[in-house]
Amino acid sequence: MTQERNPRLVRFEGIVKRFGTVTAVEKMDLDIAEGTLVTLLGPSGCGKTTLLRMIAGLEDPTEGDIYIKGERINDIPIHKRNLGMIFQNYALFPHKTIFDNVAFGLKYRNVNKAEVEKKVTQALEMVRLPGVEKRMPAQLSGGQQQRIALARAIVIEPDVLLMDEPLSALDENLREEMRREVDNLQQMLGVTTIFVTHDQREALSMSDKIVVMKDGKKLQEGTPDEVYNQPNNHFVADFLGHSNFAEGEVVGKENRFVKVRLKDGTIFRVEDTGRFQEGEPVELVVRAQKFDAFRQEEFTPDPEMNYFEGKIRDRSYMGGEVSYFVELPDGTEVHIISMMRTRIYEVGDSVSVQVAPRHCHLLPIET
Amino acid sequence: MQEKPWKPWALLSPSLSAVFLLLVVPVCFIVVYSFWLRAPSGADIPAFQFGNYAKFFEDFFYPSILIRTIRVALETVILCLVMGYIPAYFFYRSESRHKSILLLLIMLPFWISFIIRTLSWINILGDSGLINYLLIEMGILNEPLSMLYNEGAVLMGLLQYLLPFMILNVYVSLDGIDKSLLEAARSLGCTEWQAFKEVVLPLSMPGVSAGCLLVFVLTAGTYLPPMILGGPGNDMIANLIFKRIIGTLDWPFGSAISVILLVLLGIIVFTYNRYLGINQIFKTLQ
Ligand SMILES: Nc1ncnc2c1ncn2[C@@H]1O[C@H](COP(=O)(O)OP(=O)(O)OP(=O)(O)O)[C@@H](O)[C@H]1O
Ligand SMILES: [Mg+2]
Repeated sequence: MTQERNPRLVRFEGIVKRFGTVTAVEKMDLDIAEGTLVTLLGPSGCGKTTLLRMIAGLEDPTEGDIYIKGERINDIPIHKRNLGMIFQNYALFPHKTIFDNVAFGLKYRNVNKAEVEKKVTQALEMVRLPGVEKRMPAQLSGGQQQRIALARAIVIEPDVLLMDEPLSALDENLREEMRREVDNLQQMLGVTTIFVTHDQREALSMSDKIVVMKDGKKLQEGTPDEVYNQPNNHFVADFLGHSNFAEGEVVGKENRFVKVRLKDGTIFRVEDTGRFQEGEPVELVVRAQKFDAFRQEEFTPDPEMNYFEGKIRDRSYMGGEVSYFVELPDGTEVHIISMMRTRIYEVGDSVSVQVAPRHCHLLPIET
Repeated sequence: MQEKPWKPWALLSPSLSAVFLLLVVPVCFIVVYSFWLRAPSGADIPAFQFGNYAKFFEDFFYPSILIRTIRVALETVILCLVMGYIPAYFFYRSESRHKSILLLLIMLPFWISFIIRTLSWINILGDSGLINYLLIEMGILNEPLSMLYNEGAVLMGLLQYLLPFMILNVYVSLDGIDKSLLEAARSLGCTEWQAFKEVVLPLSMPGVSAGCLLVFVLTAGTYLPPMILGGPGNDMIANLIFKRIIGTLDWPFGSAISVILLVLLGIIVFTYNRYLGINQIFKTLQ
């Protein structure tokens, strides 16, 4: 099974969707490989739902083509597309029992009665809710209802599972649990899944691939590691995790490194990707977690590292981490997050901060 | 909750006293009146006897009017349901920004007196009314078509009066159906029509049954459309009451007919509630 995966199970070619004068999706090209879980991630209104609804057939693209398994589906009506859809509000049929809800899709697929019963039982076991067949949806909790919705969608063995913020109606703890459940189920069944969310943690923790969107455009696609550690533009770096930005100019190259002079004159060394040449203006990005802070008097500079000095301005605790804002001599602030188990600094402490060149990234200046 | 048990009653008391004074007391008067004797001349004589009720069932004349009333009411219900569901469904599916204006248009007839609206049908259906005038002008007819003073005209009058009630009741129910249910059904393999049958229709039943009951009860108690648009053979039970009380001043007999109608409608509403659950209707309206 795993050997012959179709790398383009779902394919978008130049998809554009306009609602009147609003462009919800702009020139989208995207391939989704069989058996993977792909997340569409982006802020509210960036067109994630619209993109998902176009696959489902609930919305027609203004331009471009959508293919599933190599077949152009633009003109195939919704009910013939064999897709499983999960909605934010569960969308269980309130007047039908759980059994009838889960069996709903099988009714339209010429499955005989004994088979239906077997499949429904299996699906309910898979979502770990066996024995609720006779209940009504209103008699289940939100998390349970969403599991039934999941069972209803997977029982028809869909080509693609489409989920539009399926967890956002659940409370924090339940969401975490359901997230793992969806993840496990997806891997167990190997069903190609497109998952819409604006929660970066959700996206980072469960995706095989993340597609970061903004204003209807795809900004970057890649594994969670790629989009998190190698953002290729300002928005992606800013949207995923806490990043620091500084503008500067490439002033030279040295071995594997590019030297960048920042506005305040500091020279930073960054790993050379070949993307920038001497004299180019660039934006330096460093994740807040990548810095190490030291007491100034205990600090011995390492020539391999970048470092600067500053004063702690603000400190707050976030779970197992401590978040600091360090003020530099020229007044700019740098956001640093360090683990709780390292030394904890007080507001007003003078610190030296260091970061390895491999944790620094350069982006083109956006105008 | 630690609410004091009398509190809801205290809050309800203004409306309860209004209902009591304006509804319960007059109904009691009518019930009492229905047992009185009618004097050949002068004031009616207080009594407790069932003569007025016996008179109603003496021959088939009066019960047949009751049966006709129920038949016309059922016909109206069916017409309203068919003609009301379709526009209500249209409003539900419409994504138009002008939906609220369309809904307001449904209410528009209420701004014109019911009597005027009923009378205006004479100008449309009458021998020299709009339809006949046009058909004769166009040379399609030589003689005017007689369309007034029959049951069809009465039904027309009832329909234009009651259709908005049905549309609004059904619409409220439809509006409560999450559109993602339809989308879920479609994605699971339903055609548009199957999704309607499987999801929309059953979930709109509370509105349908509320609308039907309302139309039925309002038809059974109406007297204007049959009076204005019906012929002598189209009288309904309310016309009979009207004629007995206003026409022949026979208060005791008129009261007895009223009580019979009241009891009959009471039984119907009760049974309906029992099997279709009006409580359910109120739940969905919340
Ligand atoms: N039916 C519609 N008619 C008009 N405009 C629409 C319609 N649906 C979506 N839009 C617009 O298209 C854009 C993208 O909307 P979409 O719902 O796809 O965003 P989203 O990324 O899912 O956002 P969210 O995270 O808030 O759900 C928005 O500007 C929205 O206003
Ligand atoms: Mg959305």
